[in-house]
Amino acid sequence: MSRYFSLGRLIALLAKEVIQMRRDRITFAMMLGIPLIQLVLFGFAINSDPKGLPAALVAPTQDRYTRAMVTALELTGYYRFTHPAASAAEAEALITRGDVAFVVTVPSDFGRRVARGDHPQILIEADATDPSVASGAISTLGTVAAEALLRESGGEAAAAEASAAGIEVVVHERYNPEGITQYNIVPGLLGVILQMTMVMMTSMALTREIERGTMENLLSMPATPLEIMLGKVLPYLGVGAVQVTVVLVAAKLIFDVPFVGALPLLLLGVFVFVAALVILGYLISTASRTQMQAMQLTFFFFLPSLLLSGFMFPYRGMPEWAQVLGEIFPLTHFLRLIRAVMLKGADHAGVAQPMAALVLFVLGLSALALMRFRRTLD
Amino acid sequence: MNGEAAIEVRGLTKRYGGRAVVDDVSLTVRKGEIAGFLGPNGSGKTTTIRLMCGLLTPDAGEGHVLGHDIRRAGRAIKREVGYMTQRFSFYEDLTIEENLNFVAGLYGLRPARKHVADTLAGLGLTARRHQLAGALSGGWKQRLALAACIMHAPKLLMLDEPTAGVDPKARREFWDEIHRLAADGLTVLVSTHYMDEAERCHRINYISAGRLVAKGTVAEVVRDAGLTTVVLEGEALAEAARRLRGADGVDQVAPFGATLHVVGRDGASLRASAERVAAETGSRMSAAETSLEDVFIQLMGDAKDTGR
Ligand SMILES: Nc1ncnc2c1ncn2[C@@H]1O[C@H](COP(=O)(O)OP(=O)(O)OP(=O)(O)O)[C@@H](O)[C@H]1O
Ligand SMILES: [Mg+2]
Repeated sequence: MSRYFSLGRLIALLAKEVIQMRRDRITFAMMLGIPLIQLVLFGFAINSDPKGLPAALVAPTQDRYTRAMVTALELTGYYRFTHPAASAAEAEALITRGDVAFVVTVPSDFGRRVARGDHPQILIEADATDPSVASGAISTLGTVAAEALLRESGGEAAAAEASAAGIEVVVHERYNPEGITQYNIVPGLLGVILQMTMVMMTSMALTREIERGTMENLLSMPATPLEIMLGKVLPYLGVGAVQVTVVLVAAKLIFDVPFVGALPLLLLGVFVFVAALVILGYLISTASRTQMQAMQLTFFFFLPSLLLSGFMFPYRGMPEWAQVLGEIFPLTHFLRLIRAVMLKGADHAGVAQPMAALVLFVLGLSALALMRFRRTLD
Repeated sequence: MNGEAAIEVRGLTKRYGGRAVVDDVSLTVRKGEIAGFLGPNGSGKTTTIRLMCGLLTPDAGEGHVLGHDIRRAGRAIKREVGYMTQRFSFYEDLTIEENLNFVAGLYGLRPARKHVADTLAGLGLTARRHQLAGALSGGWKQRLALAACIMHAPKLLMLDEPTAGVDPKARREFWDEIHRLAADGLTVLVSTHYMDEAERCHRINYISAGRLVAKGTVAEVVRDAGLTTVVLEGEALAEAARRLRGADGVDQVAPFGATLHVVGRDGASLRASAERVAAETGSRMSAAETSLEDVFIQLMGDAKDTGR
């Protein structure tokens, strides 16, 4: 038996931890329940391509071009004109209150401009506080408008066709100029779910021993810090593996998330990420005295990582200093990795950078945790 | 290195928030000895034990436990010492058997199954081995903890109030076991609040407000205290007690059933006061042996005077 590491001792620690985990029914159920519930909840919220959103129409002159336009918009299924004859002021109030998601303004000279072949304009104001709601409706706009006018001008002169193609749709996404697409979110969700459960569970692991007084006994027996850390961390790595499987399978079966990359590469990335998370959790638990403190520290870490990692807001859209700050979260690198692999089909070389960053996290955090570990009760 | 001493520490000091909880404690425990560790609540017994088994780092002082430096060789100490914590600190959500398996695994006992089975049989818990440790009664938890910490055949046992809450018969058996182990060469340091247990120790150490204030055999400690004790017998003991309190030379007055124990440091004036009160209340006075308890009560009173 070596001085610093013994497989026998590690197995004893692992067996104990697994038994405890299994016996703690609620926690165990939550480890598997949380990811599923979150995925289904968020997944459906994101997946449902919102249709039939209320809209207001501001059109002083209701000529045939205008009517054609409105019909075309309604036919896309995204728009439901609940206020077909609103004044500009009414429309403004409606969108401010959130009663409508869009205000479509067709200027009074629209028909004349179409006829003249002049650049006709319509303005669509979208309430983009929830950008994913607005983006689908807006993305179809250009073609819809062009086709509508083409159809309306029918077999008329080629000039009309040309003018129709030149139609200009001006879109104002209001309140939130950024857009998030669902493909961005679903892989990201895996990272966020893992981060939340893994860090939280592990951060409780050591503090629970301190709180229950079993730490004194554990420390009085010949287990080394490395063995204690592995004994705590490995079982949660296993839980992480189960969570990943659940989320990935569910993402495929329920949401049909596109997956263009290599699965082994993705799993490798996930593994390194989860390792970084559980060790981070362990590090937190070496720094806290009570489970409550551990919980608070976890959330102190969780929220900024959510906001700065690029999960909530586009990473490149953040100010320079925030991007630098974002680099210190494993989640940031994991998001880059998983999006690259799942959506862009990146290969090993393509994700070398985030992968290296994650490996660095694992090594650095392990070293810190082993250093921080108190061999004594001081 | 002293081959005879299992524990030899000098000047051990531990401070919490500037307050010396253990203050310049020097302690020697010989091999094969059963050493008692006594002192009022909060006097620093648990802290001293933790210092000696490497669970706390002393702010000052040094020493050896089983020949290992307490500052540097914590790992070696842990392997050879069995430490039973004051508070039950095995896993309540593990069964009795699982707890023992865990301990056997950590100490690398081979074959683990046999060690665990023997320990279970020794405890008489074989039939209940699948019960959660948390479901055991207080006394059984203590027995389980003791069994678990002697499973790896340590050379030194440090027991922190091992018999708190244990019934008299189990306590008797426990002490018989301790003596049997000591006869086989095991050294035992045991903290306790029970006088009868102190008297079953080869030597005792009394700590008060972090300072070691008395040590030696029971007889030595009693003798060194230099106390005089008399007992009063009679009808009007309550009145006698009232008159004796605060009288010249009287430090302690304690009724024991039909007798009154009167203890004091100044023998001559104690006897004078007692004789006077005995005459006044029609009681009979006689000389008596000073008990260990009298000594401890006296020591506690002294500690209060010096303040904590
Ligand atoms: N971690 C700690 N932080 C601050 N103070 C502490 C700590 N541990 C112990 N103390 C203080 O040190 C003193 C001695 O405590 P200790 O537990 O050693 O006493 P004890 O003799 O074992 O008492 P008891 O007979 O009640 O078990 C107490 O006043 C206690 O409040
Ligand atoms: Mg104590």
